[in-house]
Amino acid sequence: MDPLHQFNIERYGEFHLFGLDLSFTNSSFFALLAVALVVAFLGFGSRKRALVPGRMQSLAELFYEFVAQMVRSTMGQEGFKFFPLIFSIFAFVLTSNLLGMFPYFFTVTSHIAVTGALSLMVISVVIIYGFLKHGLKFFKLFAPSGLPLALYFVIVPIEIISFLARPFSLAIRLFANMMAGHALMKVFASFIIMLGSAGAFSVLAILPFLTNTAVVGLEFLIAFLQAYVFALLSCIYLSDVSAEHIGH
Amino acid sequence: MIVFFDTGKAAGHAVEATEHAVEAAEHTSGGMPQLDFSTFPSQIFWLAIAFVLLYLALDRYLIPRIGGAIEERKDRIADDLDMAARKKAEADAAMLAYDKNLADARAKASFIAAENRAALDEQLAKETAAQEAELDKSAAKAEKQIAKARSEAMKHVEEIALDVAAEMVATLGGIKADPKKLQKALDTARAGSAAS
Repeated sequence: MDPLHQFNIERYGEFHLFGLDLSFTNSSFFALLAVALVVAFLGFGSRKRALVPGRMQSLAELFYEFVAQMVRSTMGQEGFKFFPLIFSIFAFVLTSNLLGMFPYFFTVTSHIAVTGALSLMVISVVIIYGFLKHGLKFFKLFAPSGLPLALYFVIVPIEIISFLARPFSLAIRLFANMMAGHALMKVFASFIIMLGSAGAFSVLAILPFLTNTAVVGLEFLIAFLQAYVFALLSCIYLSDVSAEHIGH
Repeated sequence: MIVFFDTGKAAGHAVEATEHAVEAAEHTSGGMPQLDFSTFPSQIFWLAIAFVLLYLALDRYLIPRIGGAIEERKDRIADDLDMAARKKAEADAAMLAYDKNLADARAKASFIAAENRAALDEQLAKETAAQEAELDKSAAKAEKQIAKARSEAMKHVEEIALDVAAEMVATLGGIKADPKKLQKALDTARAGSAAS
């Protein structure tokens, strides 16, 4: 029993383009499934647009307001143009994480390729928008104003390194959390089987079983928390450059 | 520092939270599917498709719909609150007007009452005066009547005295006295008694 087997990419259909292997895989399937679920959930919840919302509409609006509040509190009304982006990121990551909680389902966000692509997209938006809005003043992000001259020799390298570390920390945090959690569940599950088939010691199998039950609860929390952290950090990075004056 | 559980050997490998360390881990364990770079183009390609689909659906379709419903509700509530505030102001104004009317009516009523009282007083005084005047008049008339009655009575007394004197003369003297002489005698007697 290989705890990493669940992360294997399985090709469902071969597809090559420009010499690249773009085959349709379980990752592609679950990414599209996550999108379909989000669209179905929000579409179904908003189909009536009732003044007094029903259950599904309340859920959809709760979801909407949760993200809207996150965007407002970090970027203010001005940053609301990024709302669809943040909403997409949060909805996609959350749904992918939660889908991964089903046995035999593939966790799209447990792959560094996916989380890395998402974080690079966020950082690209940050850099492009920063240059569009502030021009070369974008570089003031690395040199906060109002410091003694000597401090700049320390602050500027630190700021540059921390900026460059952002896409990595964003990508690795999500991927590592998803992967470690799922592997842990698998490992404890295999302990249950191993102990359960160990004759007189089989009563001890209750221990990994109880642990795994707790880990599943923890994993649900982490699935939500990591989606929230990813979206919130994206908001914060965007708010750095969407401020009227950069580098404060 | 995150601990991953390895493939066949079931040994934990510590993986540093940097790409370099992750690569190093791959070399030693030789089988994290996440580090199979041949799957990267496919993963990223389909992620891009899925994400663009999601973004378009949200941006064009779902966010306006949900946001619109929320906005509509907010507007409606704000409108209703406005209306309620307006209604309350109207009610307050009506209450104020009512109070004012009431006070006016009270003032008017007390004014009318005062006016009436003055008119009544005046009328009373007039009537009293008229009554008094009439009473005075009748009193004067009565006095005159009394005086007349008295003088008449006096005249009768004189006649009676004359008769009595004639009767006395007739009885005492046996003569029928001349009424004119008698009158004269009476007059002198009265004058004498009046003088003495």
